[in-house]
Formats: sequence, C-alpha cells, structure tokens
Amino acid sequence: MATETTDAAGVCVDAGGSALGMPQLCADWMPNQIFWLLVTLIAIYFVMSRIALPRIGAVLAERSGTITNDIAAAEELKNKAAEAEAAYDQALLDARAEAQKIVAEAKAEIQAELDVELQKADAQIAAKTAESEAAIGEIRAGAVKSVTQVAKDTAKELVAAMGGTADAKTITAAVTARMKG
Amino acid sequence: MAEEKEGGLVFHPLDQFIVEPLFGNGPVHWYTVTNLTVWMVIALAAIVAVFVLGSRGRAVIPTRLQSIGELIYGFIYKMVEDVCGKDGLRYFPYIMTLFLFILFSNYLALIPMSYSPTSMIAVTAILGFGVFFAVTILGFVKNGPAFLGLFWMSDAPAILRPIIAVIEVISYFVRPVSHSIRLAGNIMAGHAVLKVFAGFAALTLVSPVAIFGIVAIYGLEVLVCGIQAYVFTILTCVYLKDALHPAH
Repeated sequence: MATETTDAAGVCVDAGGSALGMPQLCADWMPNQIFWLLVTLIAIYFVMSRIALPRIGAVLAERSGTITNDIAAAEELKNKAAEAEAAYDQALLDARAEAQKIVAEAKAEIQAELDVELQKADAQIAAKTAESEAAIGEIRAGAVKSVTQVAKDTAKELVAAMGGTADAKTITAAVTARMKG
Repeated sequence: MAEEKEGGLVFHPLDQFIVEPLFGNGPVHWYTVTNLTVWMVIALAAIVAVFVLGSRGRAVIPTRLQSIGELIYGFIYKMVEDVCGKDGLRYFPYIMTLFLFILFSNYLALIPMSYSPTSMIAVTAILGFGVFFAVTILGFVKNGPAFLGLFWMSDAPAILRPIIAVIEVISYFVRPVSHSIRLAGNIMAGHAVLKVFAGFAALTLVSPVAIFGIVAIYGLEVLVCGIQAYVFTILTCVYLKDALHPAH
C-alpha cells in the first residue's frame, strides 16, 4: 500500500480503510486532536469553575452548617431531657421521703394511742386483781376463823367427852398455840 | 476488528483509533469535526449532566446524581488538600478539570463502538506537557531561583549532591513523558486487547474462551480506567506540591 494515499481520511489509512501503523502516531491527525482537546478542556474548566464547583461547594458548606446546627440542637435537647430526668428523680425522692414521714407519724400516733389504751387496761387489770386479792384475803381470813372456831369447839367437845373439864380460856390458848405451829 | 478474508482471520485491533471526519470524506484538518470530537463533546455533556444538572436542586439532602458529583468533588478536593496543602486549593478547579476529562473519557470509551480520546498520545501528551510546563512556570514564579532547590538534596552527603542533582533533573524532565505515555498506553493496550479477543470470538472453536476473555479484560479495563484517571491526577498534585514547596 502506498503511504501517499491522499484520498479518504488521509495518509495514515490504506485503501481498505485499515490503519497504517499506529493511528496514535499519525501526525496528520494530531492538530485536530489537540484543537478539540483544548476546546473541550476549556469548556469543562469554565463549566466547572463558574457553575458546578461553587455550587457544590456552597451545598457542602450549607450541609455541614446544617449538620453542626442540628447536632447543637440535639445536644441542647439532650441536656434538657437530662434536666427533666433529674427533676423527676428529685420529685420521686421527695415524694418517697414525704410518704415515709407520713407513715412514721401515723405509726407514732397509733403507738401513743395504743400506749394509753394499754395503760388503761393495765390499770383496770390491776384494780381487778387488787379487788380479787382482797376478796381472797377475806375468804382466807374467814376460813381461818372458822377453822379456829371448829378446832376450839372440837377440842372442847373432845375434852368433855374424855371426862375432863376445861375452861374455854385454856383450850383457846392451846389451840391457838398449835395452829401457829 | 477481525474480518473473514479469503485466507483466514485478519486482525486490525488498531483500526478503532482511526480519526475520521464525521461529515464527508475529506482530509482531517485541525478544525474538522471528527469521531474524536463527538466523544469529547459527549464527555463534556456527561460532565455537565452530572455536575450542573445533578446539582441543580442545590439540595441539602442530595439526589443520587448530586451525591455522585459531591463524592467526586470531595474526593479530588481532599486529594489536593492532602497532597498540596491549603495553598494548593487555588488550583483545585484545574485539577478537577483534568480528572473529570480523563475519567469521563476513559469510561465513555468502554461503551462498545465508542472512541477513546485518552488513548491518543497527542491528547495525553498535551495533558502531560501542559501540567509539566504549568507546574514549572508556577514553581519559578512562586519561588524564583529557589525552585532549583528541588534538585539539590541538602540533607544528602556533599559528594553525592551533584550526582543526585543530575539524576533529579533527568527524572524531572522524564516526568511529562511518563505521565502522558502511562495514560495513553494503558487505555490503548486495553482496547487493542479487547479487539484481539473479539477477533478470536469469530472462530467457533475458541469463541467461548475468547468471550470469557473479553469479559475478564473488560472488567480489568473498568478498574484501569478509574485507576489511570486517579494516578494522573494524584501525580499532577504531587508535581504541583513540588512547585509550591520545592524544599526537600
């Protein structure tokens, strides 16, 4: 194939439309590539630097600002929540203390009443006991007297039956002496 | 593309890179609208769609398209800031332009029947040498002769300093070459390999293997396209850092 084919796309292509050597090295095409490359690069540069990059930069800055603000707000709300929780806990503690105080007071009151009632009951029991003891003492005294009388009478009768005579005085003394023993 | 000619398979894996006029059949002048022009304009349109139309709402809670734009913006912004420092952020729009052009051209070139501008050495050479000259001029404007301190390792032993300086100068001038050939070479090689596999797919016997090969290479190319755009951009940032802070 003759390299000086000037028809079709140029000198770097053979008659069949295939490349002669590397198309990359075809000097005839290079000005075209360079020209369009520069046009494209300049176009990209202007689109980027005039429109896209400032816009995206602004959006990113705005977003980071928003995120910072939101985090600050969240922090504030968290603090508020913590405060509220502390207040709630405090209220709970107060209520508990109050309840305990009321319970203690009620207990003391009940205890006092109970003490009074107990004392009253004790006093009544003591009075009844004393009464009973007095009655028992009386009964006992009565019993002793009766026994003494019976003993004297029996002794007198016994002495009389045995044929002796005994004056009442002597017998009484003897019986009393015996009963003491 | 493989064509069954009398005699067997003929591969033309490089035909996909031919520049052809879009209208008519004339010669390719510097101003001719070609297939390359079309795909550059498509790249531009895609960039506008993502970055201008996508961010149209200026929404605090972004739409999907807007968050893609924001992700790329944040990615490059952070790269420039990390590598070049705060004073490198002035050049962020330029670096963003380079990155977007390469990224979108690379990925659009993965569409079947498309054209890949970044596989052309003339295109990447302009990008690479453009970065090289811009950075060198910027270095001298910002630092004056002190920019030459870039080549003088003050913490190396005195005897080694001139030798290191020579090596540094050579490596500095090789930068634009490697910078541009790396990108063009990667993209061109990937596309050529895809075409070769596609050519083998015409043979019944090996076509399953060839098609599996196409899928595998395509997956690799998806990675390469992103990585090459990233590498080109981060190297640009590194060179820019050298211009802004030449002291070693």
